[in-house]
Amino acid sequence: MDVNEALLKYCLRLGDDAMILGHRLSELCSKGPYLEEDIALTNISLDLFGQTRMMYTTAGEIEGKGRTEDDFAYKRLEPEFQNVLLVEQPNGNFGNTVARQMIFSVFYYHLFKELQTSSNEKLAAFAAKSLKETTYHMRHSCEWIVRLGDGTEESHWKIQDALNDIWSYRHELFEKDEVDETLIEAGLIPDTVTFKAAFEATIQDVLDRATIEELEEGWKATGGRKGHHSEYLGHILPIFQSIPRTYPESKW
Amino acid sequence: MSADNQFPQWEVFIQSKTGLPYKHVGNVHAADGELALQNARDLYTRRQEGTSIWVLPTDQIVASNPDDSDAFFDPAEDKIYRAATYYTMPKGAKHI
Amino acid sequence: MEDVNRLEAFQAKIDREEKIEPKDWMPDDYRKHLIRQISQHAHSEVVGMQPEGQWISRAPSLRAKVVLLAKVQDEAGHGLYLYSAAESLGISRDELLEQLHTEKAKYSSIFNYPTLTWADMGAVGWLVDGAAIVNQVSLQRTSYGPYSRGMVRICKEESFHQRQGYEIISEMALGSPEQKQMAQDALNRMWWPSLMMFGPHDADSPNTGNATKWKIKRETNDELRQKFIDKTIQQATVIGLTVPDPDLKWNEETEHYDFGPIDWSELKEVIHGRGPCNKQRLNHHRKAHNDGAWVREAANAYAQKQRDKKKVA
Repeated sequence: MDVNEALLKYCLRLGDDAMILGHRLSELCSKGPYLEEDIALTNISLDLFGQTRMMYTTAGEIEGKGRTEDDFAYKRLEPEFQNVLLVEQPNGNFGNTVARQMIFSVFYYHLFKELQTSSNEKLAAFAAKSLKETTYHMRHSCEWIVRLGDGTEESHWKIQDALNDIWSYRHELFEKDEVDETLIEAGLIPDTVTFKAAFEATIQDVLDRATIEELEEGWKATGGRKGHHSEYLGHILPIFQSIPRTYPESKW
Repeated sequence: MSADNQFPQWEVFIQSKTGLPYKHVGNVHAADGELALQNARDLYTRRQEGTSIWVLPTDQIVASNPDDSDAFFDPAEDKIYRAATYYTMPKGAKHI
Repeated sequence: MEDVNRLEAFQAKIDREEKIEPKDWMPDDYRKHLIRQISQHAHSEVVGMQPEGQWISRAPSLRAKVVLLAKVQDEAGHGLYLYSAAESLGISRDELLEQLHTEKAKYSSIFNYPTLTWADMGAVGWLVDGAAIVNQVSLQRTSYGPYSRGMVRICKEESFHQRQGYEIISEMALGSPEQKQMAQDALNRMWWPSLMMFGPHDADSPNTGNATKWKIKRETNDELRQKFIDKTIQQATVIGLTVPDPDLKWNEETEHYDFGPIDWSELKEVIHGRGPCNKQRLNHHRKAHNDGAWVREAANAYAQKQRDKKKVA
């Protein structure tokens, strides 16, 4: 695959992951378990949308056809989105929210740590900035999982359930296809296999502190990078894109 | 509807730049210090207002009593010799 | 000191424009008045997150989305500053929330109106935050220290809120015919409720006497409302929108706008729980609070376990 073509797809994948998860968190505005946490969750959402915008802008530049960040966000349909299925999963209860967040943030923490030394300037700069934000997201979700796991009996089984439900969605983050292989070969992105052990160790440490029992493997989520999503994306995009779709000629 | 816990209160102090004093900016409610720190960061530093945060349980603060302020603070009032402006310097003397 | 002496000293402090701080002696009525006013202000910020929060997922551009998210976050933050200020007067957050949930405490009437189109995001920022700014700028000089400091902080953050709203509605008013119609419609629906935000006429306002004597309020309802109207008309004219008041007229003599009669019965109904969204807003808030109980309990339980571990160690 042409390196530029791979780079374009890679940036869109990063942008799509951030956008859909940012959307999920934005749904929680005014619904947090207490006011301070409301701010924390929307803060993460804001950070993610910032990452979305950076990646979509970079994608537009690589593509060179004049597409803007909003073109990517509002004018593509479900099969064109390449986010992982993890980020589409619903917010559920607070336990579901932080379980999803932990897996996402721990992965991206390790990825950004490596990616910030990429020879591609844009990727490196993006990773360096996002690493700071992601470090905080990781801290937030991990600390909450510890508290829920080692809190009350109710919180313990709730977070245990939440982690079980989402556990097998983590594999998709480590999938590699032609896009990844092309960029790995060009030395532009790290091979995710190099930090898989670190990823698992970080998470296991949290699970131990949280007194979580061994988690079950369910269906190994996959398909997102090919545009085959869960049913949820079909409900997310119509809402997200509703205004520009209804008024295609208008500027906002 | 249960009237339940809304967590202890923590006072928040922010240092806006290294070397400057910590300033009291308000408080947050949190179950423990780690969460208090995170919440304080989210609430009080969104506009790059700080490089360092202290949080302290409100009930750990020892405060002077306003009723005692006469005894506590007025005695400093007449000790103006603690201020440099009290002293007359010969004209022309530099660096003093 | 005798209460009479304390009261004199207290009033003298107020007259000297000195701030009253949490540990200072204060008359019971001063304390009660402030608890009521500050907590209602806090509840307003928090409930106000809902009408705007429900549009975040539909913001029509990424920029609009992050700006709206940041704005609503600010409102949560303002709620927190104000709850803190109220708590400094000797009431707990639990009690404050219970008062909200049992409808003992009120919040600003405007948030009981629905936000029906994206243009409402413009109108809310422009008119509702605009009105709030007029009120809050004045409150920066309120006599109670924590409230005053909270207001200074809030005012700094509030300025982008109004600009954000005005930018949205200007773009629409100067945009396509459909957008313009949406903008005018939003103004039509939000105008009078925004004027009602300033409360009843001074003559009909029961708390004004003490509020003025104790410098809790620095200007009256009518004065603030007039300020808001005078500055907003021009903003509407510039973008070609018409304020829905046929009696609106510039008065050369007073150098203010004369305006039509406000429907006070509508305000009364909304304040007493019978507005379009009252039930919805409270149910939403109660639900979030109840849904979060297990989380709060867990955090407390964990903290207690850590404290117990420390004792044993």
